[in-house]
Amino acid sequence: MTTLRLEGISASHPRTPVLHDIDLTVASGTTTAVLGPSGCGKTTLLRVVAGFMRPDTGTVRLGDEVVAGPGTWVPPERRGFGYVAQEGNLFPHLDVAANISYGLPRAERRARGRVAELLEVVGLPADLAGRRPDQLSGGQQQRVALARSLARRPGIVLLDEPFSALDPELRVATRDAVAAALRHERATVVLVTHDHAEALSFADQVAVLHDGGLVQVGAPPEVYTAPSDRRSAVSLGEACFLPGVLEDGVVRCALGRLAAPGASGSGPCEVVLRPEQLVLGPVASGIAHGVVTRTEYFGHDALVELRLDGDRAPVLRARITGAPPPVAGDEVSVTVRGDAHLLAAPAAG
Amino acid sequence: MAAVLVALLCLLPLVVVLAKALEAGAGEAFSLVWRPRVGELMRNTLSLLALTGVLATVLGVGAAWLVERTAVPWAGLWRVAFVAPLAVPAFVNSFAWSSLVPGFEGLAGAVIVTTLSYFPFVFLPVAALLRSTDPGLEEASRALGNGPWRTFARVGLAQVRPALLGGVLLVLLHLLAEYGALEMLRFPTFTTAILDQFEVAFDSRSGSVLAVVLIGLATLLLTLEVLARGRTRYVAVGSGAARRPTRASLGRALPAALLGLAALAVLALGVPLWSIGTWLGRADQALEPVALGPALRSTLVLGLVAALVTTAATLPAAWLVARSRSRVALLLERVTYLAASLPGVVVALALITLTIGFARPLYQTTTALVVAYVVLFIPLAMVSTRAAIATVRPELADAARALGDGPVRTFVRVQAPLMLRGTLAGTALVFVAVTTELTATLLLAPTGTRTLATAFWDASASLDYAAAAPFAAAMVVLSAPLTWLLLRGGHEEPRP
Repeated sequence: MTTLRLEGISASHPRTPVLHDIDLTVASGTTTAVLGPSGCGKTTLLRVVAGFMRPDTGTVRLGDEVVAGPGTWVPPERRGFGYVAQEGNLFPHLDVAANISYGLPRAERRARGRVAELLEVVGLPADLAGRRPDQLSGGQQQRVALARSLARRPGIVLLDEPFSALDPELRVATRDAVAAALRHERATVVLVTHDHAEALSFADQVAVLHDGGLVQVGAPPEVYTAPSDRRSAVSLGEACFLPGVLEDGVVRCALGRLAAPGASGSGPCEVVLRPEQLVLGPVASGIAHGVVTRTEYFGHDALVELRLDGDRAPVLRARITGAPPPVAGDEVSVTVRGDAHLLAAPAAG
Repeated sequence: MAAVLVALLCLLPLVVVLAKALEAGAGEAFSLVWRPRVGELMRNTLSLLALTGVLATVLGVGAAWLVERTAVPWAGLWRVAFVAPLAVPAFVNSFAWSSLVPGFEGLAGAVIVTTLSYFPFVFLPVAALLRSTDPGLEEASRALGNGPWRTFARVGLAQVRPALLGGVLLVLLHLLAEYGALEMLRFPTFTTAILDQFEVAFDSRSGSVLAVVLIGLATLLLTLEVLARGRTRYVAVGSGAARRPTRASLGRALPAALLGLAALAVLALGVPLWSIGTWLGRADQALEPVALGPALRSTLVLGLVAALVTTAATLPAAWLVARSRSRVALLLERVTYLAASLPGVVVALALITLTIGFARPLYQTTTALVVAYVVLFIPLAMVSTRAAIATVRPELADAARALGDGPVRTFVRVQAPLMLRGTLAGTALVFVAVTTELTATLLLAPTGTRTLATAFWDASASLDYAAAAPFAAAMVVLSAPLTWLLLRGGHEEPRP
């Protein structure tokens, strides 16, 4: 178990800066997901931690040791981390057992006990040990790659989009198996992903990365319900933005008067609402009314797009569960469940 | 650094031959080139290039299409039959034909022998491409109203164009460099003229002037190929599992197709093998006693040494070319390919000039001969080695580093084992090429050193066919694994 601390990290590829001023702490034994769109620099961040790449400035601390910093550089092989990449990167010339035991000292490689143990940890049958990588499915390859990275009992495990190359069903199953194995090893984990559902469900802490800078870091419910700005809000899922005016902890907007606890000051502001906070009802009820323009039906729920009455009214998206959703052209009323969160809070006073 | 040295070594023959030719002075050089004799050589060389080029293209593409894209039976058998002729050196093939058919010589003989010997250079890459291309494009063409023939002409040919151009270039460059086959058929070209000049008059200056013309022709061919290839790229848009191409049914044309394929196999493979076999059966009629042992031994030693040295010399450059897309790397690659287009006779002439002028003790030594082999066959090793290195994805090294291996141990445990097979394939290709090399060996071999090729050459030059046959058979046997190496090539990329 190792605490990871990044302080003031900047990094660049030849002639293009990628990361700037990254400060991030991953507490020992916890899981942090670095979330961001492709090209935002999240893989670069992981490669800096791993030591595949040198940062331009800043320090990387693993536990008490500075592994990269001014005048200090520890090569990757002496940093003691586990690493699983998108394609698994199993050695094609070695069988599963030899892949898993690759990082072990020579004496331990012979004893196959550790291989069997690790296969069990990642939820694979022991008879897979003699297979070659090209005889495994994608999910199996990723699990073997994880077993390989855990063999040396690393204090920290780095996962670079390890599930994104898998089919949707396989992805969930593999993710669950990996999460269970990592819990079993009590390792500190950094997961890099562009999938917000994956980040929110997998991690204890989510770090939202945008254009090479951290936008927000926090626990999943916190970053989801209280995004710090529009980029963070959109990174984490569907969101509706409404202009409003704040007064005495209550915000007035197109959907009526909403409680905004924690917000102080008064004046114009921007409200962010998640689709599941919008409740649709018959026209007779509610304060705001609108017309459904489009419905996306998923079975377990539906996403309904609607336009509020009135000129220049914003387009809203509501998530409906249960009853059959309204269809385009239906008139509905809209009410808000829960509190409103303000993005650009007005200046205090 | 090592990579640059290797590239310089490849360029050396070019520089030396040019310098030697310039020594002659502009006036003398002009009078040496502007002669009726040179005109005749030029006419011969060009007509051979044109006729064999066209025939090899037609036979190579036609056979490849029949084997890979139609429902003709025994595709695997035909594939072997049309690659195996490469295991019979062209000069052995011309021996086979001329010892069998009286009066088999001149342009017609040269075209027949070289076409049958070299059409596999077209067949091999075109067949490999036809086998692996996704049929999606052709289905799209069919859906847009083109029949199977029009589809092949408008889409199929366009897809195989890079492979076809590469194959034809290889045929033409081999024709420029061919000595043994053409000399035996009494069809003089630049290469045979350079050697005659050298052997008769020991005149390396007029030889060098002719060699410059030869280099000019080779450079012209290389340039034409680059221009014809153009900047077009064939990329698959969108992914998805690639499918096997569909095979067209031949219907009533099937017997004719089978007959054609069988005839080609008999002419290209059957005739040389049968002819060699026949002469082997008459070995007791040999005029000179056949000493196969010493020639075999020196051939094996030379082949092994040259193959290992060539592989070692290739590795740094291949690594650089496979890993870096820098200008230096590209330049290096071009330089080795330019050297590849230099006929063996040019390389040999350059080394003779060099050793006589600057390193007299090396003149006519095994060392000089091995250097010539290295320069001649580096490109051969380069292709395999580069492909082998390219299969080792850099991410695998990252994985090994993460598991606690330093750079050296990573190389030993991951990169080296993954590269080994491809690199050894390259070594084997060089070995086979050396065992059947005639031209440079004739010029450079130390007095008293006889290889299979030169021993065969001496015997067949004195029309002692029965004595030549055992050497021919030994060369064919040594080269036979080439067929397997070439057919296997490109199918072994390990998947992640």
